Amino acid sequence: MTPVTSSAVSVHVNGDAYRLELDHRTSLLDALREHLALTGTKKGCDHGQCGACTVLLGGRRVYSCLVLCVAVGDREVVTVEGLADGADLHPVQEAFVQRDAFQCGYCTPGQICSAVGMLREAEAGWPSAVTSADTGTSRLDEAEVRERMAGNLCRCGAYANIVPAILDAAGHGGADR
Amino acid sequence: MTATTDAPTRTGTHPRVEGLDKVTGRARYAYEYAADEVAYAWPVTASVGAGEVRGVDVDGALAQPGVLAVLWHGNAPSLADVGDSKVAVLQSPVVAFRGQVVALVVASTSEQAREVATTLTVTYDSREPDVVLRADHPTLYRPESVNGGYSTDSVIGDAVAEFDACPVQVDATYTTPPEHNHPMEPHASTAVWGDGRLTVYDSSQGGNAVRSTLSTLFGIDRELVRVVTSHVGGGFGSKGMPRAGVVLAVMAARQVDRPVKVALTRQHLFDLVGYRTPTIQRVRLGADPDGRLRSIDHQALEQTATVEEFAEQSVAATRVMYAAAHRRTAHRLVRLDVAVPSWMRAPGETPGMYALESAMDELAVATGVDPVELRIRNDPDVDPETGARFSSRNLVACLTLGAQRFGWAGRDPEPGVRREGRWLVGTGMASSTYPTYATAASCRAGVDPDGGYDIAINATDIGTGARTAMLLVAADTLGVDPSQVRVRVGDTDLPQAGLAGGSMGTTSWGMAVEKACRELLEAVRAAGGVVDERIEVAVDTKAEIAAQAELSRHAFGAQFVEARVDIDTGEVRAPRMVGMFAAGRIVNARTARSQLIGGMTMGLSMALHEEGVPDAAFGGFTNHDLSTYHVATVADVGDIDVGWIDEVDDDVNTIGTKGIGEIGIVGTAAAVANAVYHATGVRVRDLPITLDKTGQLA
Ligand code: FES
Ligand code: FES
Repeated sequence: MTPVTSSAVSVHVNGDAYRLELDHRTSLLDALREHLALTGTKKGCDHGQCGACTVLLGGRRVYSCLVLCVAVGDREVVTVEGLADGADLHPVQEAFVQRDAFQCGYCTPGQICSAVGMLREAEAGWPSAVTSADTGTSRLDEAEVRERMAGNLCRCGAYANIVPAILDAAGHGGADR
Repeated sequence: MTATTDAPTRTGTHPRVEGLDKVTGRARYAYEYAADEVAYAWPVTASVGAGEVRGVDVDGALAQPGVLAVLWHGNAPSLADVGDSKVAVLQSPVVAFRGQVVALVVASTSEQAREVATTLTVTYDSREPDVVLRADHPTLYRPESVNGGYSTDSVIGDAVAEFDACPVQVDATYTTPPEHNHPMEPHASTAVWGDGRLTVYDSSQGGNAVRSTLSTLFGIDRELVRVVTSHVGGGFGSKGMPRAGVVLAVMAARQVDRPVKVALTRQHLFDLVGYRTPTIQRVRLGADPDGRLRSIDHQALEQTATVEEFAEQSVAATRVMYAAAHRRTAHRLVRLDVAVPSWMRAPGETPGMYALESAMDELAVATGVDPVELRIRNDPDVDPETGARFSSRNLVACLTLGAQRFGWAGRDPEPGVRREGRWLVGTGMASSTYPTYATAASCRAGVDPDGGYDIAINATDIGTGARTAMLLVAADTLGVDPSQVRVRVGDTDLPQAGLAGGSMGTTSWGMAVEKACRELLEAVRAAGGVVDERIEVAVDTKAEIAAQAELSRHAFGAQFVEARVDIDTGEVRAPRMVGMFAAGRIVNARTARSQLIGGMTMGLSMALHEEGVPDAAFGGFTNHDLSTYHVATVADVGDIDVGWIDEVDDDVNTIGTKGIGEIGIVGTAAAVANAVYHATGVRVRDLPITLDKTGQLA
């Protein structure tokens, strides 16, 4: 018998439900970009090595190139297109504009989604490799941001602006939205 | 000093015009244009290091689901010869290097194309590849000229005899590995044929060159080809000329009569889009005990491919940096079974200044002269090789102000003596330079009765902020608020302009925009100052470019670095960097700062991380992804502080800009290496400075 290589899949992205007939090999990243025309999420390596494809899955940041779309299930996917509230930018987006925290912009959607997820992780008290046992995560400083954002490469070298942008956003409710 | 006058510097500061599009995901890159019935093409690359393709299992592949076509040199349409091996894809059985494109699979979905490309049977006649650059290689030769049109050699006086006679001598060899550009957006193209016209959305630093190349290759009238480059995810030289991907997309689209997308993978980028050649550089500096240079000798050995020559101008910067009566510079090449090396951010200056500025540090140590003072002492009045006047040269100001900003004064030169906990701490510096180029461009400017101005020019914004810079040049010339001006770039339907490369975008395009705006103002004046119907002018700058006087045109800079080296692991950190630049008029302070820190960040990455490792057994590179080819992450970068002097240079060109896209990376690696020496007392002359190279420190 011929093997079954595709399935009907439901995905929930940015508050909308979609029903797709998908090749089982389709990554969440390709499903977003090629099937849902949500091209804000970028492909930089397709191998989990650059972070350009970062989205929020069930509220947590993931590399969407490493997630098969058929495995997403009913978890909500939030992409860069789903962060702003109409014309009202998410504090992280706003801070990236204010700090000129990008040049070419190709890593930017991934950086922003990653930062949003990271701020929530820090708020929830998750430690990082540089968190000291004494202070916990109550103080999100430069070193914490650098450690927690190290999975998002920026070849334009905007890091020196990305770090202050994220710290600005942290001070403006970036973890709450 | 010709600079820093009271004249207004006309530096604006304006947020990136397309910033909102980039943070919301609306900015559209080459792969992201919707097209009906789009097909996907996946390049298959050579698994042998050298040889010939004997056959491809086309029938087996065509039997797989979704496959629309399989192309290889045995069945691919023939292309006109444009004398560029990089675009002559699938035209010959010869495999010149591992990773070369040998076939293309076109299918209805990317999953199908990828799977069949990965499993396609290709048979070869192969031979053992020769891919390792070494100084005693038998194919070593002298190229006719080097990239940028520079001469291969220069000889003034007798550098060797003078060196032998000098009381202080530095004679050192520095090596740099292959380095890869790796813009975050891998090269991608979407090709759409329709009504005899071809539209290509391409990830390119200059659409006009893509258009001409495609039109010749495929024999289509230029006017019927449109190349759109609205947003480009970085390039750093690798998207400066058309390459395999875009040609394959167009070929496949014609073949299957559907729109076709091609995205190179991160793996492909190691072989198909150029890289910086490895270099072996010998520098000999002869000086008096006070550090004054009497002889400079700089020889660079580099690699090139068997199918095409590329010679990086690694010693070009040495010809303008310091005064010395006796001088010699030379480039030599070795032909190997490697991919064609090409442009990577500041080709020539980047590896060359790493070697020269490291040697200058060694001279500072040998003479006991402070490194900043040593450079000031050897600053020339005129171009030391051509004798031409500098349009402006403010290296000394950069050195002085940069040293102040960094807190260099009072530095103890003794190496290896400052310890903080488990860290050895040191500081280092180096000079930066980059030439100022400009090419002719055309531009249209118009004004409508509602008072809105618009500028059209096929500039390309690869992340540099070109749209915003052109907006500010236009608003400044027109004397209106930027909100009244609309700028269109990134489309060959707009007036022709050169590429975003060589740090000449803002200058070349800006000259045309400025001229168009001036003429528009005149046209409005001629109309009595009333705009009751649209007024439009079109200009080009061929005359201005042709009329440029013979001058030595260069930007300069000075970089300062604090390095910390872990005494147990040898890990190097650079918590603090300062860059001070003199680059003429800075059009937009906000994006300029980003460009300069971006360049310095890439320089830090070069100093500590980046290393393409040639695969001596199988050809190509052993590292083929971002987990094995390291680039700096946010965790590797500390505080980067950049500044510039208000350099007013009315002679350099009609708008006073020198370009800033590349100078930020020039000198950084030397400043880091010099700081590592100061921290540890260990001189690493082989990049990158990895853990294993500083030796036992504890
Ligand atoms: S594209 Fe997913 S991590 Fe690079
Ligand atoms: S902005 Fe270009 S890669 Fe980060």
